[in-house]
Amino acid sequence: MNGTKIGAWIAATLGTLYFLAPLIATFEFSLRMRRGEYSFDAYREVFASGDFQASFLYSVVQAVATIVVTTLIVVPTAYFVQLRLPKLRGLVEFITLLPLVIPVIVLVFGYIKLYGSSSILPLTATETGSDALLMFGYVCLGLPYMYRSVETALRSIDVRTLTEAAESQGAGIVTILFRVILPNIRSGILSGAFLTFAIVIGEFTFASLLDRPAFGPYLQLIGASRAYEPSALAIMAFALTWACMGLIMLFGGRTPSAAGKR
Amino acid sequence: MSAVQTPRRFRIPQFGAWLGVGPFFLFAVLFLIWPTISLLVGAFQDKDTGGFTFSNLLRLWQPSIQHSYMLSIEISAASALWGAIVGLILALAVLRGGLPDWLRPTLMTFSGVASNFAGVPLAFAFMATLGRLGFVTLLLRKVGIDIYGAGFNLFTFMGLTLTYLYFQIPLMVLVVTPAIDGLKREWNEAAEILGASQFQYWRLIAFPILWPSILGASLLLFANAFGAIATAYALTGSFLNIVPILLYAQIRGDVLHDPNLGYALALGMLLITGLSNLAYLYLRARADRWIK
Repeated sequence: MNGTKIGAWIAATLGTLYFLAPLIATFEFSLRMRRGEYSFDAYREVFASGDFQASFLYSVVQAVATIVVTTLIVVPTAYFVQLRLPKLRGLVEFITLLPLVIPVIVLVFGYIKLYGSSSILPLTATETGSDALLMFGYVCLGLPYMYRSVETALRSIDVRTLTEAAESQGAGIVTILFRVILPNIRSGILSGAFLTFAIVIGEFTFASLLDRPAFGPYLQLIGASRAYEPSALAIMAFALTWACMGLIMLFGGRTPSAAGKR
Repeated sequence: MSAVQTPRRFRIPQFGAWLGVGPFFLFAVLFLIWPTISLLVGAFQDKDTGGFTFSNLLRLWQPSIQHSYMLSIEISAASALWGAIVGLILALAVLRGGLPDWLRPTLMTFSGVASNFAGVPLAFAFMATLGRLGFVTLLLRKVGIDIYGAGFNLFTFMGLTLTYLYFQIPLMVLVVTPAIDGLKREWNEAAEILGASQFQYWRLIAFPILWPSILGASLLLFANAFGAIATAYALTGSFLNIVPILLYAQIRGDVLHDPNLGYALALGMLLITGLSNLAYLYLRARADRWIK
């Protein structure tokens, strides 16, 4: 064994320790609720809590709505840019990268200034308006990833031929987009969707500042008031992220990265 | 383009295509561009008259706000620097260190998960690990090392940096891996044939080629940490008054007693994350010339 190899082993071992320690520690801590023995009491408490169920459900609905709206915005855009409006490619790509550059806290500040209760379009004045505003914020967060995976998927199929074939059979544009293009880029949409889900489900800043009863603010509240439940929730959040990444690799076959979600 | 040679190839007219991209641009203007521009304009407006002024920006130099910016920059820089160094070493060890092949996909998958595992749950995990009653804290005490006695505290600069590294290191691994893969084996062989040692190869060939990627990735990590709020807020509350937390308090309750000063604060943040992202994109474009 030479020096390089020994060094590599040391680096890999230290890395493994750093990354596993918090997971083991959190799991161990989450089992400590009952005095003197390990139990799943903390998990039981969490699952039985009405606030947990309500906030988790709220965030799942938000995530699904976000995924649907993002898909409806991104797919036609990426399709037409590829097929008919290549001149717009640079501009569209630039816009889809903006959410990675603008910090979430700045964006939500802009929303509150622009759509606050004393503005021209007071979306935050009503519950539905606030929910919609939160969803549009989440669409921004998912946009970079959804656009990139849809664009990659579109590049890998022959959009031009598919469109011509469908048109020669008398298909209109809606039929082409939803019955020809969409099924062909399903894997790209799904990997974008799971990443969006992973980002949206525990998001804190947007939901907290728009006063929405989402999972992120619930987590923060539990962290400030309980001892063992936070660890149980952290383990669950980690498992959820794993599940999303696993599904992405199952459908897309690549390692995703979500820089800038914090 | 072939569409030019056969003008009437598609039945969907050009304006139909424009109609198709319409919702995207409408969305971008309403929920990305206009809100941001509105803040930028507000940063240059006087709070009473609404007239143009630089005074909001100049007032960012007051000691308390200056302190917030310095603290934010220090934490982001520390977590970016350590994240870049450790991430690079880890990636090099697994990719080029002669370790078993299964380590590579394991590292990549884990990095994908860990770089997305942030925010409130990450803060919980570190409290359970390195908090006063954390697993590792107690474990170390058993073997005679009292980290809190030695001055460590999770809710400080060092603790927050250590927590940020949990998503910064994996992000570095993901960003720098393509650059390391771009180092061709032939370059190493050529250097060896010409009599270079391994150290000389890394110092004179590999490292200069990797340098733009490393620098760019560090800037991306810096911006990533600078905009982060949820982890810090859940971990330290408002104990560490970094810029995002100050801005959070400002949005919540106008702690600066001046909305326009708040807009200026947001402008400062945007400037810092914007510039580091731009520099990252520029450096990545430079680095891509080698990877091709």
